[in-house]
Amino acid sequence: MKDAPGTRDYDWWLLAILATICALGVVEIYSATHGSGLEGMHMKQIRWLVIGFLLMFVLSRLDYHLILDQAPLLYLVGLTALVAVLLVGRTHFGAKRWISIPALGELVQVSEMVKLIIIIVLARFFAEVRSDQLDLRDLIKAGLLVGVPLVLILKQPDLGTALVLMPMLVVGAFLAGLQWQHAAVFSLAGILLVGAVFYPPVSRHILKPYQRERITSFLHPEEDAKGAGYQLLQSKIAVGSGGFWGKGFRNGSQNQLGYIPVRYSDFIMSAWAEEQGFKGVLLALGLYMALLLRLVQNAQRAKDRAGMFLVMGVAAALGFHVLVNVAMVIGAMPVTGIPLPLMSYGGSATLFVFLAIGLVMNVRLRRFVN
Amino acid sequence: MSYWFRNDNRLPQGRLAVASYIIVGMVGVLLLGFWKLQVIDADKYSSLAERNRVRYIPVIAPRGRMLDRDGRVLVDNRPSFSVLLLRDDLPLVEKHLPGISDGLGIPIDDLREQLNNTKNLPKFQPIIIKPDASRADIDFIESHRADIPVLEMIPVSRRRYRPGGFLAHAAGYVGEVSEQQIEASNGKLRPGDFAGKTGLERQYNDLLQGTDGMRRVVVNSIGKEVERLSTQEAIPGKQIQLTIDEDLQQVAEQSLGARPGAAVALDPRTGEVLAMVSHPALDPNDFAVRISGDDWKSLNEDPLHPLLNRAIQAQLAPGSVFKIVTATAMLEDKNPPESFTTFCPGYATFYGRQFKCWVYGKSSHGVVGLHKAILESCDVFFYNVGMHLGIDRLSYYATKFGLGHRTGIDLPSEEPGLMPSAEWVERVFHRKWYAGETISVSTGQGAVTTTPLQLARMIGGIAMGGVFKQPHLLKDPPSVGEERFALSEPTVEKITDAMYGVVNEAGGTARNVMLPGIEVSGKSGTAQVIGYATRERMGKQKKFEDNAWFVGYAPRRNPEIVVAVLIQESGKHGGEAAGPVVKDLIKAYYDKKNKKTQGQYTTENKSEPPGKGSAAAAIAPRAAAKPEDSAAVMPARARTEPQR
Repeated sequence: MKDAPGTRDYDWWLLAILATICALGVVEIYSATHGSGLEGMHMKQIRWLVIGFLLMFVLSRLDYHLILDQAPLLYLVGLTALVAVLLVGRTHFGAKRWISIPALGELVQVSEMVKLIIIIVLARFFAEVRSDQLDLRDLIKAGLLVGVPLVLILKQPDLGTALVLMPMLVVGAFLAGLQWQHAAVFSLAGILLVGAVFYPPVSRHILKPYQRERITSFLHPEEDAKGAGYQLLQSKIAVGSGGFWGKGFRNGSQNQLGYIPVRYSDFIMSAWAEEQGFKGVLLALGLYMALLLRLVQNAQRAKDRAGMFLVMGVAAALGFHVLVNVAMVIGAMPVTGIPLPLMSYGGSATLFVFLAIGLVMNVRLRRFVN
Repeated sequence: MSYWFRNDNRLPQGRLAVASYIIVGMVGVLLLGFWKLQVIDADKYSSLAERNRVRYIPVIAPRGRMLDRDGRVLVDNRPSFSVLLLRDDLPLVEKHLPGISDGLGIPIDDLREQLNNTKNLPKFQPIIIKPDASRADIDFIESHRADIPVLEMIPVSRRRYRPGGFLAHAAGYVGEVSEQQIEASNGKLRPGDFAGKTGLERQYNDLLQGTDGMRRVVVNSIGKEVERLSTQEAIPGKQIQLTIDEDLQQVAEQSLGARPGAAVALDPRTGEVLAMVSHPALDPNDFAVRISGDDWKSLNEDPLHPLLNRAIQAQLAPGSVFKIVTATAMLEDKNPPESFTTFCPGYATFYGRQFKCWVYGKSSHGVVGLHKAILESCDVFFYNVGMHLGIDRLSYYATKFGLGHRTGIDLPSEEPGLMPSAEWVERVFHRKWYAGETISVSTGQGAVTTTPLQLARMIGGIAMGGVFKQPHLLKDPPSVGEERFALSEPTVEKITDAMYGVVNEAGGTARNVMLPGIEVSGKSGTAQVIGYATRERMGKQKKFEDNAWFVGYAPRRNPEIVVAVLIQESGKHGGEAAGPVVKDLIKAYYDKKNKKTQGQYTTENKSEPPGKGSAAAAIAPRAAAKPEDSAAVMPARARTEPQR
């Protein structure tokens, strides 16, 4: 391509922030797993990070317009994969989320890839809306586009990933000119839905038993001292006992003695907060805020509407991840199984974030190109 | 392909700016959440984390052992495990109670009750819910470490007593402390702790107990100890050495056999208790762990009273043994004079009422002086002496000899017995003393009751010339009490001569106790449990049979050993039933002493079976009769319930 961008055009600030967050994650994964049966997990995470960086650069070289052109095909592939995983997928932890990809030697969580596809599909869809105001018909179309994979993911069941699709839709619609009347109606619907989830007579019909258990233990942690409520309580104890200065690297008792549940993954922020204290939290959340603001800035400088929607879809997904995960760690939200992007250990989740950032880079690289 | 959207550069800058504000707001709210937990509530969560992490595990101090006078172990410890319940997280405990109840076989209500009883203690202190865990209990706890994180085990040492109730009453036993004991201990004892309940275990609990330590350990989320923070070592209890001679104790246990009764051997020179037996006895190992309420109830209601230490708690009429008091009083007061004689036709009449001698209906004693009266235990002689002396003098001497009050032995719950007096009937019954009562008292009947230990101390003290050492079981006590009541040399001479005669002279009531080469002396006693009249009314029943006494010592002056034996409801007279036990003990004492002096000290303690080979003398004292309708003369209590 004659208009191929040079290295100068990469968002080096974004990469620096990204790398720093990853480093914090690797340090904390090491601290959480050293000397245990999970020894060496930080090395595996580094391997995922390397693969992620490479994929990010590869994706950033490929013009995002070409990717957007293939949106319908990608959507079809995504739906097929979701159906396939329901039919032939591996069951882990009581949910069918994984399919085996021999080349990677690891199980890949299909729904992570679907999140990426939905970002692309929504960007394409909203970019095609010509008016500055989003009318109801387009809004419903967008809802259906998200709704079908969302239901399939709920079937696995994977409430956490399904929930992530919602902010993509909401942010996309908002930027596409969502009208306040529609916003009001859908907010009301959303509030009713959340109310129904927390209201046992109704939630009995729409939630799985383990999901209801999580809701119950969130509302009444003392009733479930060793289950999900125990996890939340232990996480809060870890965070709170860290104090302002933290207990020090490899020195958090909640972390080192295994009181924090899945301390290297979903609850890594809890381990970090215990060992590094409020100052460490300030650093981590500051980095996440910088990352997200940097994404918004990239969206503002995007060459066209489609690029903006791509970047903001990524920002919506990552922002939602950070919000829900961190709120869970401090006991302000129920356990949903949403990892903290870039810090939590996990192959598929890490690859998703890097591919998503790859899309952002892609948009940035082409901001001056005609 | 529609490429039109490539050039659509209408960007909603306003709404993108809103997105930025939302991001900043979101991070701000999350930081507020962290601020609340990590700065405002940091102390609360720090202590919660500490409670997660640190457990306090008590280190139980081993109890001191008990040794006999030669250093042989009488009461020992054995290793065992106790199951602890960690109570710092009560809802968690509550959740696991059914599982614990099932796994350890403890009724859930018991567990709840224990939790309830201990709710005022600091939460970090675990409670012992099962002392002496079985192999299965240990396996259960080990295999459920992860899912039942509120259980812990600690090694403890448990008491091991000699089997078969050997020395059971004197040693006593330990048990879980009662609430009263906890309150009285000023925080030293906690629920689930063990402390002495009876006997020496209780008397010397403070010495034996030691001080428990505490371990602070770090545990991980599945309750496994990963680090020891600090250990406050337990201070073991002190070992105590007893005056008990294991060999003599063994002989006493065997010689008394299955008969209900007691035997106590003292060294009257020092007050040291060489042997103390009370039968029936229980195996205290059964109490060493925990006894159920029902078992305890049935023990307490057992008609044979196995929990009673008869050596210090049986208060029974001493019968003719008391005649030594009467005789000593007569010689000391010279009233009647030493040369006093009486004629015994087998009965005597006072105040128009007939009092029988024990030979009544079979023979008569004829003319009787003091020496013969003691040898043959003539009741009529002592009735007359008692009439001369009166109750005040009898009571005076008996009290000086220690009757009616505790000997002060280092055992809890010693009974004082009773020495009646004019003052006593006035205080208790609000009436005057009837002169007829003196007649019964002078032969050890009526209201007078004694314990075997009191009689051993008394007879030993008289043979020592009036030096009464406080009996004790601790080998080297800080001080030994002593009461002196100087008796004149001629009195002691005559009394000890007579007691020598009881065993060694023709006509003595305990010729069967004679041992060649040893000056065994003593006095027999056969005490009625109920009056003759009552017995005729009730028919012949085992529980109304006479109690047999024999108090023997050797040598005849300044004895080294005095042995008092009580055999209850034997139906035989004192010399015949109790004498052989005394003989066995004295023989064993001298056998051992001789071996020791020959330098071949080994323990060999097989004795003849009791009673065998003893010339069961047809002549044995039978305690004096009471008048047919004794109610007018005898205090009601003494007649109906002389034994308690």
